[in-house]
Amino acid sequence: MLTDLGTVNEILEKHGYQRASLIGILQDIQSRMNYLPRKALLHLSRCLDIPLAEIYEVATFYKAFHLEPKGRHTIQVCLGTACHVRGSRRILSYLESLLEVKAGGTTKDLSFSLETVNCLGACALGPLLVIDRKYYGKMSTNRMEEILKKYR
Amino acid sequence: MSPHLKTISELRSFRENLKRSRDPRSPCITVCSGTGCQACGALEVLEAFREKIREMGVNQEIEIRATGCHGFCERGPLVVIRPQKICYMNVSPEDVSEILHQVAKGGGVIERLLYQDPMTKQRILYEEEIPFYKFQRRIVFGSNGEIDPTNIDDYIGIGGYQALEKVLSTMTPEEVIQTIKASGLRGRGGGGFPTGIKWEACRRAKGREKFIICNADEGDPGAYMDRSLLEGNPHSVIEGMLIGAYAIGSEEGYVYVRNEYPLAVSNLSCAIDQARAYGLLGRNILSSGLNFQIKINRGGGAFVCGESTALMASLEGRVGEPRAKYIHTVEQGLWNQPSNLNNVETWANIPLIINRGVEWYSSIGTEGSKGTKIFSLVGKINHTGLVEVPMGMTLRQIIFDIGGGIPKNKRFKAVQTGGPSGGCLPEALLDLPVDFDRLQEAGSMMGSGGMIVMDEDNCMVDMARYFVQFLEEESCGKCTPCREGLYQMGRILNRICRGEGREGDIELLEDLSLVMLESSLCGLGLTAPNPVLSTLRYFRDEYEAHIQERRCPAKFCRELISFSIHPEKCTGCGACAKVCPAQAITGERKKVHLLESQKCVKCRACFEACKFDAVIIS
Repeated sequence: MLTDLGTVNEILEKHGYQRASLIGILQDIQSRMNYLPRKALLHLSRCLDIPLAEIYEVATFYKAFHLEPKGRHTIQVCLGTACHVRGSRRILSYLESLLEVKAGGTTKDLSFSLETVNCLGACALGPLLVIDRKYYGKMSTNRMEEILKKYR
Repeated sequence: MSPHLKTISELRSFRENLKRSRDPRSPCITVCSGTGCQACGALEVLEAFREKIREMGVNQEIEIRATGCHGFCERGPLVVIRPQKICYMNVSPEDVSEILHQVAKGGGVIERLLYQDPMTKQRILYEEEIPFYKFQRRIVFGSNGEIDPTNIDDYIGIGGYQALEKVLSTMTPEEVIQTIKASGLRGRGGGGFPTGIKWEACRRAKGREKFIICNADEGDPGAYMDRSLLEGNPHSVIEGMLIGAYAIGSEEGYVYVRNEYPLAVSNLSCAIDQARAYGLLGRNILSSGLNFQIKINRGGGAFVCGESTALMASLEGRVGEPRAKYIHTVEQGLWNQPSNLNNVETWANIPLIINRGVEWYSSIGTEGSKGTKIFSLVGKINHTGLVEVPMGMTLRQIIFDIGGGIPKNKRFKAVQTGGPSGGCLPEALLDLPVDFDRLQEAGSMMGSGGMIVMDEDNCMVDMARYFVQFLEEESCGKCTPCREGLYQMGRILNRICRGEGREGDIELLEDLSLVMLESSLCGLGLTAPNPVLSTLRYFRDEYEAHIQERRCPAKFCRELISFSIHPEKCTGCGACAKVCPAQAITGERKKVHLLESQKCVKCRACFEACKFDAVIIS
């Protein structure tokens, strides 16, 4: 199911097979398939007549794209300036040691992907943690374990 | 049922009808539903209101409206009772029925939900009397709290699309451009280039077609006014773009918005659909002959795409690398055609200028910077949120009068403006009037309006390192000075923070900065040294303490501090041991605990957990 090319065709259809929509197409593929499978990119290359290398160039340039499967839950630690001055680095290193995974990685049991983002625009609530689009504001290390429990 | 408005007079009479049908005296409860308040549970509050209204029966004529961001994100969810404008803060679903009963009764106030002045302990009833709002001048941002962004009628009802009406019926494109030029409006995205001059150049440029672009790739960490405007008042941006399209002669517009802003994307799409249904976007708009459509493109999480040429490359579906600008984008931009790019806040200023006139607009602000500016006041500050103030207000007024000063009686150390391209300004500059030119003279810049306040616990060398690392990661790598310069600066700053700084490091940082300032390709590299240079200019002693004494004066840099437990202050409550991820703290309950420094990972969890100040950093 992960490399269901029908889904890719559907997305291509929606974007009218436009080369200029490549970023939008990749975003849609990722939101449907959780990451960018190589098979899907190969298919894209043939349908849009773009060299595979060029697709990889775009897919690796933009931070939002993932070439590996992600965990069931995505934890994003905001490292924007406002969060930084309120200690978001500490939140990140605490999470890294708790989950035994480095930022950008996924836990072995595929339950969590740990990511960093530059700013989510909810600076009043820093340090900010987002798990699957749910915002947890004013984070401190001692609240973390309890929050993670809900997702384990 | 949405009307397809065919002429200007149809729009006018539609607005008049709307105004007549809406009684401004009837009770209305607005719930702020911006991203900030949503994170505090605004949607649950909203749902509770709707449910309770249903329970109370259909006779209750109380309107519940979900609005955009009010700015005071610190105290969310915010609820305003209209028409009196009573402002409730930190509202939870449990408070809802009490509020509704008071409103239904037609009076009464719930004291505990009002703003309380931290000094006098006095409760304040109305939004405009709270210090946070009192000193602001909210001409661009003010409507956010009044309208439902997903309902175009709300916008039209408060005079929306009136500026478009005026432009189409009474002004030539040249007159529009003259007006914008005369208003003195400068781009709110960073550089502060005069908007009217840009428009004029794009109008004059020759091309097959022309493009209007709205830059909503608000990448500056710590700034979020554009997100709030797009979320809370998307039609003001659309109206601004329509006026720009008329003046410049464009039929196609793009909004390039960050993918990290899902609510902004959805509210903007909704607004575009509604404008199209009303005949305010599309072909032959209001029978004026103007054709204009807007498309939304979502970014891919690359900071450099906020740079105009990189953004245009990204719109074309390519890697977002900037190019040299010896040919300006107003001549050859998107698809090599003349393209006019302004940011969200700039576009939102346009309808105001048209509606209220040049004289009024240019009476606000300073000599070289007209109008207002929205700042995001964040970091170590009591009243965090978005504030809109006239240009020229001093940093002290913004940070202390509006922002309420620094929490926990800590001492103000610096304020960082302009994002990664800006600098850190010290206490001595608190009386600096904030406008484009004064900030630049002080070694910082306006940027998109982030204002990050720092207190005595923040290390300025670490701040410089933070920005350099941020930019190093975000540099596209196309030109050498930026790519290599940032990498080397990052290495030097890293070793200074680790206590391994060498004699000559400061001079080396200055040399590298100069090279980057002179020879980088785009704005990212050209301004990247600012955080380093400004901290060196104002906080050189901190660098020297790190290098010469191996000491971090703010007790922040991990490698230069150690943790211990004060035996007299420790009560043996065990809170520290519980949170320690490294099991470095041991001790029996109700007895003094012990911290083993070899095991300690310096995460500060114990320091934050201890309620008795018994964890000591030295």
